[in-house]
Amino acid sequence: MANESVTKTFTVALTLCIVCAVVVSSAAVFLRPAQEANKLLDLKTNILASAGLLEEGVDVETQFEKISVKLVDMDTGRYTDAIDPATYDQRKASADPSLSVALSGDEDIAKIKRRANFSKVYVVENQQGLEKVILPIKGYGLWSTLYGFIALESDLKTVAGIGFYEHTETPGLGGEVDNPKWKASWIGKQAYNDEALVLEVLKGKVDPSRGGAESKIDGLAGATLTTKGVDNLVKYWLGDQGFKPFIENLKTGEA
Amino acid sequence: MSKTKDILLEPIASNNPIALQILGICSALAVTTSMKVAFVMCLALTIVSAFANLFVSLIRHHIPNSIRIIVQMTIIASLVIMVDQVLKAVAYDISKQLSVFVGLIITNCIVMGRCEAFAMKNPPLSSFYDGIGNGLGYSVILMLLAFIRELFGAGKIWGVQVLPVSTEGGWYIANGMMLMPPSAFFLIGLFIWALRVWKTEQVEKPDFKITANSRKSEVV
Repeated sequence: MANESVTKTFTVALTLCIVCAVVVSSAAVFLRPAQEANKLLDLKTNILASAGLLEEGVDVETQFEKISVKLVDMDTGRYTDAIDPATYDQRKASADPSLSVALSGDEDIAKIKRRANFSKVYVVENQQGLEKVILPIKGYGLWSTLYGFIALESDLKTVAGIGFYEHTETPGLGGEVDNPKWKASWIGKQAYNDEALVLEVLKGKVDPSRGGAESKIDGLAGATLTTKGVDNLVKYWLGDQGFKPFIENLKTGEA
Repeated sequence: MSKTKDILLEPIASNNPIALQILGICSALAVTTSMKVAFVMCLALTIVSAFANLFVSLIRHHIPNSIRIIVQMTIIASLVIMVDQVLKAVAYDISKQLSVFVGLIITNCIVMGRCEAFAMKNPPLSSFYDGIGNGLGYSVILMLLAFIRELFGAGKIWGVQVLPVSTEGGWYIANGMMLMPPSAFFLIGLFIWALRVWKTEQVEKPDFKITANSRKSEVV
């Protein structure tokens, strides 16, 4: 059979490869701009949603205009313009030894292994000055790293909202980090008292009759490890290793 | 005309790829927690299956037997990448939820199985219909699964809350297991059972039979 000859086999294989390669790569090239735009839009939607700023039916791009993206040097806690925030890829930087530091075991409560030297922050300003600041957070839950944002009000103490945009926690248990009701329970909580970080996610329910309820959040039922993970990552990113130096600077106007 | 109809409709009940051929179970477990996501998956699989069959059938006289599986895989993989790229560009949210499972259509036995079993031996047009038919058979099971899992697991139908769940102040305590893959296994099992009660010819013959006891006296 002519089909089984070596030449025919090679010709068919080669032609098929070329045709498929051309089709696939042209699809990838033509669709890239739309995909990139979608990715960015999704991120922006998540940022707005975590700060409670997202309005239904209004164009996300227009809503995002009031937010300015800035880069913070995590060591000094001050804004930096070493890298353009528009081109800075924080996830890539967290893995790059020249742009991040390795964390030792007891520092690394959020289990993120490395922390990027620079971090993006999203600042919302109005005529009176600072309105809200949105900080990216991440940390390990039960199965995976949770990526999200936490937003603080202009007093830089009160939580304005929280949201996770990427995780693979168990649906119905740890996955309840996406539950709107639970997320709403964060709003208005005091992250800091006069000197220290006091925000805490409990295992179980908050008892309002005991002190400090204004800084405590109900744990997720049936998801002890995810709850612990969220507690740790919030403590890490709002603590001295995380954004606390930046928040202090922001308060005194030295950022 | 009736042949086309047969090719299209037979895989839905009498020769269902999931319930009778027991193919494509993996994705049926993974993407059926919500109807919307399952629907997009069904659409993607049907398109890939139909066009893979079409293209394989078009070049079936030129495919050397020694590399036929690889040729089929290349065609399927190219189509799947196309579908994945298009999804990322036009339906980003859903493509995020489907994540790796669109890519895994490549390894879905239904697509490959139909190319090998049907498209290699039949003309392009009926192969195309066969792809659509099998996609529909897959879709029927997936949508049924997704309907049951979403309703009992999250109290929703097509993303709309119908049973107010207790975590949001309602009365319905969501069945968390419905959102986990094993529940789909049980449900598929029940479907197969129901289908075989209806269409008894699908019941498999037992591998062996125990003959009746011919001994009159008690066995010591």
